[in-house]
Formats: sequence, structure tokens, C-alpha cells
Amino acid sequence: MARLYRQILTWLDERFGAGSVEDFLRHKTVPLHRHTIWYYFGGMTLFLFIVQVLTGILLLLYYRPTPNDAFESVQYIVTQVRFGWLIRSVHSWSANLMIFTAFVHMFSVYFLKAYRKPRELTWISGMVLLGLVMGFGFSGYLLPWNTLAFFATKVGTEMAGSVPVIGKWMLIFLRGGEEVTGATLTRFFGFHVAVLPGLATTFLAMHLLLVQRLGMSVPPGVEKGVREGREQARAMPFFPNFLLRDMIGWYAALGVLGALAAVFPWELGTKADPFAAAPAGIRPEWYFLFMFQTLKYIPAKVLFLEGELAGLLGFGAAAVVWVAIPFIDRKAGFGRVTRFFTGLGVFALAYMMVMSALALR
Amino acid sequence: MQAPESPKAESVQHGRRWVNVLLGTGVVASIASFLYPAIRYIIPPSVAESTSRSTVAAKVGELKRNTGKIFKFGSKPALLVYTRDGEYKAFSAVCTHLNCTVQYRDDLREIWCACHNGLYDLEGRNVSGPPPRPLETFEVHVQGDDVVVTRNA
Repeated sequence: MARLYRQILTWLDERFGAGSVEDFLRHKTVPLHRHTIWYYFGGMTLFLFIVQVLTGILLLLYYRPTPNDAFESVQYIVTQVRFGWLIRSVHSWSANLMIFTAFVHMFSVYFLKAYRKPRELTWISGMVLLGLVMGFGFSGYLLPWNTLAFFATKVGTEMAGSVPVIGKWMLIFLRGGEEVTGATLTRFFGFHVAVLPGLATTFLAMHLLLVQRLGMSVPPGVEKGVREGREQARAMPFFPNFLLRDMIGWYAALGVLGALAAVFPWELGTKADPFAAAPAGIRPEWYFLFMFQTLKYIPAKVLFLEGELAGLLGFGAAAVVWVAIPFIDRKAGFGRVTRFFTGLGVFALAYMMVMSALALR
Repeated sequence: MQAPESPKAESVQHGRRWVNVLLGTGVVASIASFLYPAIRYIIPPSVAESTSRSTVAAKVGELKRNTGKIFKFGSKPALLVYTRDGEYKAFSAVCTHLNCTVQYRDDLREIWCACHNGLYDLEGRNVSGPPPRPLETFEVHVQGDDVVVTRNA
């Protein structure tokens, strides 16, 4: 067995160059310190993404993307197809967990200043991936063609439509017409299963390549401790030590996923009816709640702007600042922690949590 | 780097520049000619707006007092309200905020949008919440057994 393994490795070595994969695995290390736990959330997000790809492919075997068939085909999956309920439930739950771990990953990177020079591009590619993941969430939400999804899509695309100058164009591009119809469903299906996966794979490759190239960031506090001799620089081999720990996490995540999917199967709701009123208590997925709640509080007019436009510009400006943080917080590049930026992160996190809580009231 | 020392070298340089310009223009033009149809393809052809000026929204006696009903008016939903005083009122049911479909609330005797808690009174005026404009109102006539809603010209 061991001989066969060696033979295969030698065969590969002769073709890929001298032990490049082995070399890479042997030399890659992960810094070990009191914040090491946060390194696991990126890998966890990646694992859940893989779960999404696999369950998504399975759902594609039965799903039909037309307004007459979509709801019925999902109903068929969850009631007739063996384990269809499980596959669909895991897909929905895993999507939500993935967005949650992506947020945890993002905020841990933010607070540990891992975005600082030379990892600006890693941060930006991560933000692009977060945008894509939210795009996955938004487009996938419509696919079962239920009432909640129908109105969520109306509201979401209408917001895109209120963007100055290109808004109208974006609205028509997204909806495939003036209204949310079957044309919208076809488009969203295309985005969800072709466009977004292609983009996500590209940016994921870039993100991972940057992580490999630059290694894991050590938080400024730990770096300082090492410099001043209060701490020792420690590291753990990536393979197999860190990877095995990663896999324990993934295994646990799989357990949580299975339990959630089995105990709380994802609801299907009622079929969308374009000529019915929006139902009471309607609200978007939890990760859009903070924006949704803010929209409720913004009055019809803010100064000379329409309320929704003011809200959109506000969120747009906040997003631009957030993405550009590595270039704004220059001092972090020299290992200095600025209170202001930590405070900004705390504020962003608190704002999102308070607004989401208010929306759930 | 060598400076072009002979007139021959200079003409070669010149020719090379020309080839680059021609090649560059050709490539840009062909990319544009690929992209243009693709971009036009992305935007769907516009569908003719339904021209029907009026429709039968309900039958007389179908609605109880202090209730409302969503009906299809052209390609969009509209709302017919039979008030407590026995009067018919009709509005566009598309919320002016973010396009959700509104409903009649008998407890408030107002028109409510469930999406972001917008309220309109029975004249269609936006009275609270985020809606920026009043609802479009339609004329209502009773013709025999039918409650007919007409779009204002």
C-alpha cells in the first residue's frame, strides 16, 4: 500500500516537478496564538459553499424554472422525491449558515486588522465574494416562486431601480421586463446556477491564491508581543495538524446542518400570486433585515431626496467605505491599531444586530 | 536600446506602428461588434402596455361593507374598497414606495402595505410610513350588476 502510494507520488512528481505539492504542504504553517480560532471560519465558509454546490446540483435534477412549474417542482422534490426534503432543507440551511460564517469571517478579519498591507486585495476579493454570496441568496430565494419570494424580489429589484441614472436599466435587466414575472424567474435561475457560480469560482480561486501567497495574517497585538519578547512566535503545520482540526469543524457543521434540516425543514409557503396583497408579517431573509428595518424608518422624504434613494445612497456609501478600509486605515499597515476603526467595526456590527432584532420584534 | 540609425530602420519602425494601429483597430472593432448584440440581447423587447381603460372589478353585492378586493387591471393589481358608508373606491394596488401590493385594513379603515408599514387613507393619500406619493385613483361606476373601474384619461 505504502509502496503504491510512493509510486503514484513519484509518477506525479515526474510530471509536476520535484515534489511541489508535497513541498507546499510541508512548508505551509498556520500561526498559533490566542486568536487562532478565527482562522477556521474562512475554511468553514468554503466547506458550506461546497455543500451548496453539491446539493444545488441535486436540486437541478428536478427543479423547473417557469412560473407554472417552479413551485410545483419544489413541492414535488420535498414531498415525492426520496430524501428530497432533506436535500432542499440542507441547501437552504447551509446557505444561511454559509452567510453567517462569512460574516463571522469578515468581522474577525476586520477586528484583527488582517486586511492591512499587504493583504488589501485579499480583503477586496473577500468583499466581492460576500457580494456574490448575497446575490446567490437573493436570486435563490425567488426560485421556489412562493409569495414571500415574489414580494422580496419586487422590493429588492425596485430598490435597484431607484439608483440614479442606471437604475431603470438595472431594473429591466434584473426583472427581464417592467414587472416581476416568469421572465424574472428565468433570469434569476440563470444567475443562480450559471453566472454567479462562475464568478464565485473565479474570485474564490483568487482569494485562496492570495491567502497561500501571503500566508495567514498575525494580529498586530500578537506581532507586538513577539517583537517585545513577551510572546513567542509559534506555528502549527497546516498539513495535517490544521487541516485535521478544520475537518473536525466541518464534520460538526455537517452534524448541525443535518439536525437543523431534519428538525426544522425549510418551509415552502404558498405559491406566488401576482394579484394578491403582500401578506402581513412579510420580511426578507435575516441577512437583509437590517436594511429592511432601516427602510421602514426612513421617511418619505429626506431633505430633497426620496426616502428609498437616501437609504440606498447611505448603504452604498457605507459599503464603499467598508471595502476601502485597507486604504483608509493606513496606520494598520504599520501594525498600529487605531481606536476609531475598531469603533467603526463595533458600530457596524451593533447597528446590524440592533436593526435585525427590531425587525424580528 | 539602439537608436534607429538608417532611414531603412526608420521606415520599418513606421510600418510596424501602422500594423499595430490596424491590428488594434480591428480587434477593438470586432470586440465592439460582439458586445453590441449581446448587450442589446440582455434588455428584453418591451411589451405593449395593456390599453384597456376599464374593467369589471366585482359584481354588485360581492363585497361586504368595510372590505376590499384586489383585482386585475391591465397587467397590474388594483384595489376596490367598499367603504362603511357604502361607497366604492378604486386605487392602483401598487405601493408607491417599493412596489408591493397593498391591502385594505378594515380595523384601521385605511389602505396598508405589509412590506414596510406604509398607510394610505381612503382618498389614496400617503398618510404615514415610507410611501413618497399617493396611490393612483380610478373612477368607479355601477353598471347594472357590475362594478366597473375606469382609468382617468
